Amino acid sequence: MAIALDKSTDTAIKDTAKRYRAGVLKYRQMGYWDAEYVPKDTDTLCLFRITPQEGVDPVEAAAAVAGESSTATWTVVWTDRLTACDSYRAKAYRVEPVPNTPGQYFAWVAYDIILFEEGSIANMTASLIGNVFSFKPLKAARLEDIRIPVAYVKTFKGPPTGLIVERERLDKFGRPLLGATTKPKLGLSGRNYGRVVYEGLKGGLDFMKDDENINSQPFMHWRDRFLNVMDAVNKASAATGEVKGSYLNVTAGTVEDMYERAEFAKELGSVVIMVDLVVGWSTIQSISNWSRKNDMILHMHRAGHGTYTRQKNHGISFRVIAKWLRLAGVDHLHTGTAVGKLEGDPMTVQGYYNVCRDSYTKQDLPRGLFFDQDWADLRKVMPVASGGIHAGQMHLLLDLFGDDVVLQFGGGTIGHPAGIQAGAVANRVALELMVKARNEGRDIKNEGLDILRQGAKSCSPLQQALDTWGEISFNYASTDSSDYSPTPAVAH
Amino acid sequence: MMTNPVGRITQGQFSYLPELTDAEISLQVQYGLNKGYAWSVEYTDDPHPRNTYWEMFGLPMFELRDAAGVLMEVNNCRKTFPQHYIRLMAFDSTRGVETIVMSFIVNRPEREPGFALVRQETHGRTIRYTVRPYATDRPESERGSR
Repeated sequence: MAIALDKSTDTAIKDTAKRYRAGVLKYRQMGYWDAEYVPKDTDTLCLFRITPQEGVDPVEAAAAVAGESSTATWTVVWTDRLTACDSYRAKAYRVEPVPNTPGQYFAWVAYDIILFEEGSIANMTASLIGNVFSFKPLKAARLEDIRIPVAYVKTFKGPPTGLIVERERLDKFGRPLLGATTKPKLGLSGRNYGRVVYEGLKGGLDFMKDDENINSQPFMHWRDRFLNVMDAVNKASAATGEVKGSYLNVTAGTVEDMYERAEFAKELGSVVIMVDLVVGWSTIQSISNWSRKNDMILHMHRAGHGTYTRQKNHGISFRVIAKWLRLAGVDHLHTGTAVGKLEGDPMTVQGYYNVCRDSYTKQDLPRGLFFDQDWADLRKVMPVASGGIHAGQMHLLLDLFGDDVVLQFGGGTIGHPAGIQAGAVANRVALELMVKARNEGRDIKNEGLDILRQGAKSCSPLQQALDTWGEISFNYASTDSSDYSPTPAVAH
Repeated sequence: MMTNPVGRITQGQFSYLPELTDAEISLQVQYGLNKGYAWSVEYTDDPHPRNTYWEMFGLPMFELRDAAGVLMEVNNCRKTFPQHYIRLMAFDSTRGVETIVMSFIVNRPEREPGFALVRQETHGRTIRYTVRPYATDRPESERGSR
């Protein structure tokens, strides 16, 4: 549904003398609104959800968003006339009320390719989310989705390894990878920490993982952690004949420290390092370059994202963060579980997975995807499902996410009543049972629990896992679901 | 026997499950054929985790669309190399994938000796690790079926 406009005062002023008379004009009169605009293939397109203040016209609000995220200042400046200023003005070109949500509007804005520095997420974000989210005439604003043009995509190197090469390097195909976060998060000495890593990997996991806040605290300095973890990784590799890894978190107070930690991880032969999202875009791109030069898989923990992605009326959707991270260049990305302890409507979460793994993402409104996105052969990111999941949900996880995902069972491995190895065995057996059954043509979504129970008859660790956690689920309504379909808030 | 929970090398999709029967192998093969993958049989007596290139038992079977035919190749390979590791691999030639998308072991030697972990102590507390398969202690020409 289009918004009605008064054509006499609400479109761009063409008369330059009037347009550049000193004073204040409406944003739409300054040229930030153009209902006739046809986006170019080279434009970056953004969809904002805006909540204008009482009395603020939604089209003027959309024009203001376009203005404040590109060239506008609050008043007319004559120096615009020294430039090809129309190129630099972002253009709002469509406004629609959000379905069933009074007071909120979707605003589509197009940005010319000249606005952004090649290969720089920092620059793109400084424009798109730099000022506009604090703009007073809006009560709230959220960047819901973005279409990055192929021309701009090609200026980014993307994931240093990518999920295809990661699988070739690890020699693991045709099934999700399995991981676990070493617990407790804080307090273990290096020696004790390595014990947990060894037991998990030898039991059957592919990866163990540092948690986001494990850096170099008094109870365990980073070199102790790296030395002990790598002894565990190599011992487990020899015990199983498989390539194993443990994400060594190199996040530190300065980028120089991060490089030092990454170098040591490489020297010890780790296949993977890890950074937290809180290190910032430029650091992420630098560490990505380092990883590319040093044949390293780069794991990204999205620490902190919930502060700006979770509330539907204000912030940035995680699907936008996922797109930026694929461009910036990470190999693994935490993208939610749908069935676990952390926020995530199943279809919305599937939308994030598509963004990570697609060659070409199609518009898919029930999954929150507003634009087609051609990834131009950019390598694919391996999504990671982590947080409050257990072996008894294996059928749901495989059905929701398919093979290309790392399933991380932290508590669901380490909290197993018979020990960490038994926990790992339970998860690996559950996974292989479910992949085999799916490939055999069984309806795992509906028969999954039976398949697990049947398999558990010859695998006591799996039986114990089902007995301990079989009934645990986190059925809370999501705060962030699609506006276009009555999606179930829980997966089952 | 190796000391891990299943007592054997755990590479491939199904090493934690009981050995697949020929009927079960056929179902997996058919799943791959339905998706348009090409199957290949490979064998080795050196299962080092980073031994990427096992010997090819013929070329990938691009033209073969029948699970029974693939299983016949598996059985030919088993007859020729009964004491080797044999794996089935499926290739997907879709643009942007172009790699292996399924891989599982369909034959193992009677005895799986596993690996030694060799630690070379270097500077500081740093150790360099080498995983060494016991199976390759003797020269290649003197290994194999007895």
